[in-house]
Amino acid sequence: MGLLEGKKLLVTGVLTDSSIAFHAARLAQDEGAEVVLSSFGRQMKLTQAFAKRLPVEAPVVELDATSQENLDGLADAIRAEGFDRLDGVVHSIGFAPQSVMGGNFLTGTWEDVATALHVSTFSYKSIAVAARELMTDGGAVVGLTFDAQFAWPVYDWMGVAKAGLESANRYLARDLGPEGIRCNLVSAGPIRTTAAKSIPGFATMEDAWPTRAPLGWDQTTAEPAARAVCALLSDWFPATTGEIVHVDGGVHAMGQ
Amino acid sequence: MANTDQEILEGLAEIVAEETGLDKADVLLEKSFTDDLDIDSLSMMTIVTHAEDKFGVRIPDEEVKNLATVGDAVSFIKGAQD
Ligand SMILES: NC(=O)c1ccc[n+]([C@@H]2O[C@H](COP(=O)([O-])OP(=O)(O)OC[C@H]3O[C@@H](n4cnc5c(N)ncnc54)[C@H](O)[C@@H]3O)[C@@H](O)[C@H]2O)c1
Repeated sequence: MGLLEGKKLLVTGVLTDSSIAFHAARLAQDEGAEVVLSSFGRQMKLTQAFAKRLPVEAPVVELDATSQENLDGLADAIRAEGFDRLDGVVHSIGFAPQSVMGGNFLTGTWEDVATALHVSTFSYKSIAVAARELMTDGGAVVGLTFDAQFAWPVYDWMGVAKAGLESANRYLARDLGPEGIRCNLVSAGPIRTTAAKSIPGFATMEDAWPTRAPLGWDQTTAEPAARAVCALLSDWFPATTGEIVHVDGGVHAMGQ
Repeated sequence: MANTDQEILEGLAEIVAEETGLDKADVLLEKSFTDDLDIDSLSMMTIVTHAEDKFGVRIPDEEVKNLATVGDAVSFIKGAQD
């Protein structure tokens, strides 16, 4: 029997087959889950094309994480795809304007920082709350972070958004725990996805990683992070919530 | 199944027209995706993905940078099919 046999999952954040979410959806299907994806606006067509490349073609619902209208309609949109409940939600969404990354920490404007926080931090709570009415039998929410304990080269306000996400994860765990909903994050090392490549100077973060990681690190594959996402969605972490699991080759545990 | 250059151009023109709203007749071999057809990186990714599905080829990310004109894309697809 698969690790996720019979589970019904919402996986956000599939843009292409480089997306961490694509590999989470692929492995979840391989492990027996039924998956619905979400995308938004002009990215929808690309997500739909990649939804066809999953082991089982997945339906795609509209969800701009900053649209209250989309959030309010999320549960009905998922029901309309034949899902009567959800057992898990993958939040694999992040965005910051280039003006607040790439060394622009001191100059980024509040308006652009607010966008980064809205899409990358607040949406973790918004999507969990929107999906809550479908998680009638408990469940798991899993998000993706990049280690927010440190200041990194070029990550700037996205790093602050991730620090907020890590805190929001603890509060969400507190408030949804009584309903049997576990909330956890996977803290991934650098992976060459569309979002990562859009960070000016991303290579400077990426280059040192394989040498600093005791296990080594391959930036070209999202498989390790996606496996951890599936593990956290499964019944094998029944008493774990508010946690951050590092899938970074061990970099977080090393000194210089 | 290999296509002729003309078939590839026509198929690609349909994909570009659908993504951008341009007229198929404007998608000519010598046109630059960015300068003439005003296609941004998200649209280019969408066009490339649909072209992969339509022509049964893989167009690696590193290759997309080299596809400046419609003609470059037609030649790449033709080469990848052969
Ligand atoms: N790639 C890395 O190195 C890395 C490392 C650690 C954590 N992460 C995190 O993993 C997550 C997924 O990113 P990825 O690297 O797979 O890149 P990606 O570009 O494939 O995915 C980012 C996703 O965010 C979605 N998105 C952006 N704005 C949105 C909005 N307003 N509403 C809904 N969706 C929106 C995009 O549609 C896209 O699917 C992000 O949270 C990212 O910060 C990435």
